[in-house]
Amino acid sequence: MCDTCGCNVTNGNRHLLQPAGKLEKTADGKSAVTVLQSLLSENDHQALHNRQHFDQHGVLAINLMSSPGSGKTALLEATIDALAGRYRIAVIEGDLETENDAERIRARGVTAIQIATGSACHLDAHMVHDALHRLNLADYDLVFIENVGNLVCPASFDLGHHHNITLLSVTEGDDKPAKYPIMFRAADLMLLTKTDLLAVLDDFEPQKAEQCLRQLANPAPMLSLSATRQQGLEAWFDWLDDAIASHRQRLEQGETVLPKIQSDGARWHTGEAGHP
Amino acid sequence: MHELSVCQSLLGQIELTARQHHASRVHRVSLKIGPLSGVEPQLLQQAFPIAVAGSIAETATLDIELLPIRLECRQCGAESEAAAANQLICGQCGHWQTRLLSGDEMLLASLELDRPTDEQTVNG
Ligand SMILES: Nc1nc2c(ncn2[C@@H]2O[C@H](COP(=O)(O)OP(=O)(O)OP(=O)(O)O)[C@@H](O)[C@H]2O)c(=O)[nH]1
Ligand SMILES: [Zn+2]
Ligand SMILES: [Zn+2]
Ligand SMILES: [Zn+2]
Ligand SMILES: [Zn+2]
Repeated sequence: MCDTCGCNVTNGNRHLLQPAGKLEKTADGKSAVTVLQSLLSENDHQALHNRQHFDQHGVLAINLMSSPGSGKTALLEATIDALAGRYRIAVIEGDLETENDAERIRARGVTAIQIATGSACHLDAHMVHDALHRLNLADYDLVFIENVGNLVCPASFDLGHHHNITLLSVTEGDDKPAKYPIMFRAADLMLLTKTDLLAVLDDFEPQKAEQCLRQLANPAPMLSLSATRQQGLEAWFDWLDDAIASHRQRLEQGETVLPKIQSDGARWHTGEAGHP
Repeated sequence: MHELSVCQSLLGQIELTARQHHASRVHRVSLKIGPLSGVEPQLLQQAFPIAVAGSIAETATLDIELLPIRLECRQCGAESEAAAANQLICGQCGHWQTRLLSGDEMLLASLELDRPTDEQTVNG
């Protein structure tokens, strides 16, 4: 399935990737070498390659992130029930130990590839690549990657997907975006989940949660829903329809889209202006 | 939480650069880290000796330069420094529609090496 690496190094950005910049001598005669390379460059390179796999097959890939138990698998179940007739869907499940989530997805009649991360607190691009080679991408329109339940690490790793979605369940508190800014800054869409429980919670204010998101300079839409009670799902399905349609248009023009947070390495690859 | 895996990929880059410069030892490793990068400088410092044990950088010191979070306002155009990682609003007009200029970096900035050729160059 792997073709040659099509990494997009251009004349404009090549100098940024060259390990040897200036060679100087320090006071005690040692060589000082300027490097300026992203510490995640290996991951980012793999992510770029993963995105090419998706793009070659016209697949839209979405990374779901949240704290443990905020409803990622329940959202996938409700989404599959409603949209499996409209889109060909597959799921990549990242879990520390069990196959529980993958089995819940398979019970809906959809392919689920399980990545057991062992002790790792996040998925990285290499793990997703292994999963991709167990999946015939030509058979799908939409691939969801359910990341490990963790509001810290997953935000730092580009997996080669196109959009980041961060879930916040109403039982977690409306100040979570302020407490985990890196995760919520990365969201292309924030889903407020388990909103059926709002009735019994007296201190969760959806407006406050949205305000905290804006303080991170993030214009991402916030949608409220309950997966188990089937509330607010239409707006979420509309968002998905839109995302898939836009992605197909982009691909026709030979373009793709990077998730909101692209690491330094990804920026270099796309030749977009980097840091001074 | 993932600082050790970040250090392992750092070591890969150190070894590659050291090889390209025919270095025999790495004395100093300098990183530039932004508060929005998702790595904790302190945890990196702790993970570093573990990751480089037995390598060409075994005795190297790790310097971490913490970069500020700099923003450009899309409303008023002002540049400002963010007060905190969860306050990415314009320092001038307070608007939230800002663009990040720096603060999410996680870069290997420079290395200080010992090269066999250093002595020759120094001795003429
Ligand atoms: N009331 C209510 N409960 C929900 C809703 N969505 C999920 N839950 C419950 O929350 C619990 C966790 O849901 P999951 O879908 O497994 O959460 P997850 O994010 O996939 O969890 P991890 O994969 O372990 O991180 C389950 O008991 C669900 O039934 C919802 O919309 N309303
Ligand atoms: Zn491949
Ligand atoms: Zn789950
Ligand atoms: Zn991690
Ligand atoms: Zn302003």
